[in-house]
Amino acid sequence: MADQGEVKLLKTWSSLFGLRVVWALKLKGIPYESVDEDLTNKSDLLLQYNPVHTKVPVLIHNGKPICESLVILEYIDETWSQNPPSLLPQDPIQRASARFWAKFMDEKALPSMWQAFTKKGREQEEGLASIAEKLKLLEAELEGKKFFGGEEIGIPDFALGWLVNLVPVFEEILGLKIVDEERHPSLSEWSRRISDIRVIEESWPPRDKLVTKWAAIRDHFLATARASSG
Amino acid sequence: MAANNDDVKLIGAWPSPYVMRPRIALNLKSVEYEFLQEQFGSKSELLLKSNPVHKKIPVLLHNGKPICESSIIVEYIDEVWSSGPSILPADAHDRALARFWAAYLDEKWFPNVRAAPRAATEEAKSAAVSQLKEGLALLEGAYGEISRGKDFFGGERIGFLDIAFGSMLGWLRAVQVMLGGVKLLDEEKTPGLVKWADKFSADPAVKDVLPETEKLLEFAKILMAKAKPAAS
Repeated sequence: MADQGEVKLLKTWSSLFGLRVVWALKLKGIPYESVDEDLTNKSDLLLQYNPVHTKVPVLIHNGKPICESLVILEYIDETWSQNPPSLLPQDPIQRASARFWAKFMDEKALPSMWQAFTKKGREQEEGLASIAEKLKLLEAELEGKKFFGGEEIGIPDFALGWLVNLVPVFEEILGLKIVDEERHPSLSEWSRRISDIRVIEESWPPRDKLVTKWAAIRDHFLATARASSG
Repeated sequence: MAANNDDVKLIGAWPSPYVMRPRIALNLKSVEYEFLQEQFGSKSELLLKSNPVHKKIPVLLHNGKPICESSIIVEYIDEVWSSGPSILPADAHDRALARFWAAYLDEKWFPNVRAAPRAATEEAKSAAVSQLKEGLALLEGAYGEISRGKDFFGGERIGFLDIAFGSMLGWLRAVQVMLGGVKLLDEEKTPGLVKWADKFSADPAVKDVLPETEKLLEFAKILMAKAKPAAS
């Protein structure tokens, strides 16, 4: 692993999944070439390297592709294990727990947020109740810890990174509070800690562009729902 | 890291493919464990206490400490019982491929296996079968690429992806019957997987753990009967 080889990252300017990989590469000091895709006009590179899903992010290391953000993060951690920080704890029980929570972020928390954001009326209320419940669990898990993995930032923290930069955008568009200091003191403290990390803070796409993009996404989903309900 | 007098328990149920995964892994590592089977239709206090977030099986209890989520449990078993045969591949890119395909199976493919027999119309059933076959074509390609001429995705011995996919074979065979004998695994279209499936099923770490198709079909009848009152 002395020669770290050629590293290319296919992502988009705003993909929250792509951002996770950016953070891992930057924190570990791994030089890489970044390619921003236009998903309405997918490049040959993307179609070739992720034929199954044709999605970003895709990491290409010495010509070999790795797909799925959490899989990429583990790959980075294993391949550049000599570059700190470690993205997973060493102890097997803690590693299992870190993986468990990363999975929870993607399979439970994010879909709840998606429902709350792309629906209205009763479905939105259900989504909001669901994300509130997930945040309660996350708040309890985080209590007393600096990061989800313990003392050091790691994969589960990356998996929840959207809470820090995207949720304020959602809150602005919806006119609702989703995370607050009173109900979520640990998560709020954790968010500040994440924002203080320079490479993370620098990587966030411009907020006004995110507001425009996500407002359009919400409008699209509400319009589609109206159309299909006649 | 693991000692001979470690206390190892697995909370699960025999029909679940997810429960099969850690059982196969423990067998590969020759680890003795107590299999605590949940009663169908109810959840034990131990399960609720050990997996409060999801309340789902499998849960591994190692010296009383719970580990949840089947793939995570398999990785844990591989890391802790490190003197036994390796389950994850040695090479980082191979590991990434194994994890990628396991995620594909769990998120995209297996949900269709379960949904297909319950499809409301013939059209919907047809569409589900097409999707399953497309998925298997992809997996046939992956098998060719990853096995590199050996019997298993893991090479000479079964590994992480063999376990992830192979644990679904029982239900795949049962669903083929439920769909009127449709051939999803097909000697013509997926010859590699057909051979792989036979070898996997016969592996000593697998054969006592993979349920017979007949038993799964009986179980499926009970499941469907229970589901009826809820559908209105």
